[in-house]
Amino acid sequence: MNLVLHVWRQASPTVKGGFVRYEAKDISDHASFLEMLDIVNEQLTENGEEPIAFEHDCREGICGSCGLVINGVPHGPQHGAATCQLHMRHYKDGDQIWIEPWRAKAFPVVKDLVVDRGALDRIIQVGGYISARTGAVPDANATLIRKEHAELAMDAASCIGCGACVAACPNASAMLFVAAKVSHLGLLPQGQPERRDRVLNLVAQMDSEGFGSCTNHAECEASCPKQISIDFIARLNRDLFVASLAQTPERMVAGAG
Amino acid sequence: MRRVLSLYRSSVGKKILMAVTGVVFVLFVFAHMFGNLKAFYGPEKFNHYAEFLRDVGAPAFGHGQLLWLFRVVLLFAVVIHALAAFQLWRMSAVARPVPYARGLQPEESTYASRTMRWGGVILLAFVVYHLLHFTTGTAHPDFVPGAAYENLVIGFQSIPVVIAYLVAMGALCLHLYHGVWSGLQTLGVNHQRYNRYRRPLAVLVAGIVFIGFVSVPVAIAAGIIV
Ligand code: HEM
Ligand code: FES
Repeated sequence: MNLVLHVWRQASPTVKGGFVRYEAKDISDHASFLEMLDIVNEQLTENGEEPIAFEHDCREGICGSCGLVINGVPHGPQHGAATCQLHMRHYKDGDQIWIEPWRAKAFPVVKDLVVDRGALDRIIQVGGYISARTGAVPDANATLIRKEHAELAMDAASCIGCGACVAACPNASAMLFVAAKVSHLGLLPQGQPERRDRVLNLVAQMDSEGFGSCTNHAECEASCPKQISIDFIARLNRDLFVASLAQTPERMVAGAG
Repeated sequence: MRRVLSLYRSSVGKKILMAVTGVVFVLFVFAHMFGNLKAFYGPEKFNHYAEFLRDVGAPAFGHGQLLWLFRVVLLFAVVIHALAAFQLWRMSAVARPVPYARGLQPEESTYASRTMRWGGVILLAFVVYHLLHFTTGTAHPDFVPGAAYENLVIGFQSIPVVIAYLVAMGALCLHLYHGVWSGLQTLGVNHQRYNRYRRPLAVLVAGIVFIGFVSVPVAIAAGIIV
């Protein structure tokens, strides 16, 4: 199939960017979206032009680096999949495709379609970890965890930090990302010692990074490649409220909730 | 206390304030609606109710005192709700300096969720107009203090006024459709078993409020209440 692409080109963080029109010719249905961009880039290189910069690594939906906004939808039209998992069979001959980077003040453009998602790393740095020594792999069921909590924690832990939630949010809010990180540790016994400080610090860092404020549109959930539920946002809200009212210092508490 | 203050400063804390004041509004709106429906029982009941509002709380409270207390609480809630809304609105506007070329394609958001802010502004304007209309009488053609029922019926003789109220109640209905659901989410009301009832609850609240409020002006315009 032949396609017309409108791709955001921006040489560096400080210069003004704009859309450039490209034609992608003879693209196979079986090509992935990123392979389609590879083909366009080969042509550009052959013509002595600068190829389109876009981020990618695993190309199998686990590293979270490949975010693109495609026709106004982060990661494109396929739900529950990252851009690298999107195939060209979702498009037909003659389609016009607009390709843009994540748009958020907290995610400055590095080049073309590549943004700096360091803000998410800095949020993790203020508490998205545990201090308990985990040692070697423990015996199964040595620490009892309710099945519901184990499953919810796994759902939250499936976040790959791609930032699509921010890109999809009309408010450019990072609540789903922060909610996933807070919930995944807060649901497990190992996450209890720093539970309150974690939620307070993560939210404070989120605010200071310049993300917007959530109004529960649920667009994040729709574009999350791991389909993480906004129920985790409700959990975050409650955790923050409880942590703010609790005056007692952190205690070691067994059992999660 | 320091933590409570930092909660207020955080974006989530401001949303919690909006949700709490929102609950106050929902309670007020229901009470107000039941009061309005007294119009269907005729002038005596309705005016008696208007008088009751001034005497409620007696003998602990003097004439009109408890009513004023309610007014102060509501005014306070409106100020907090609107202030937080504008602060968060600004925060979100600043958070995306470069817009998407052709906008974001809505997937799960609703018309109601996308119009919360401007809808809120419409509601604020309506509240001001409504107070000038039926409380002070400034925007009323023939206002007689104390004659609540007569003021009501005369007020809704004008079709443009009825239409203005219909539009405002439409805005309130949308605001509640998203607001009730969103407020539960913000207050952390989250349980796997009951989450599916949150949306129907919002539909119910929004629907009852719309029908309850619209019925009186429509009945007057249609000549059912005279
Ligand atoms: C300046 C005017 C107003 C603005 C900008 C505004 C904006 C908002 C926003 C943005 C929310 C939702 C928060 C969220 O989804 O996260 C909300 C919730 C709500 N608003 Fe307003 N609003 C305004 C005035 C009003 C008025 C006058 C009423 C009363 C009739 C009202 C009643 C409510 C209710 C009941 C909720 C749901 C609260 C909750 O439980 O979350 N609002 N408002
Ligand atoms: S390239 Fe790793 S998730 Fe897409």
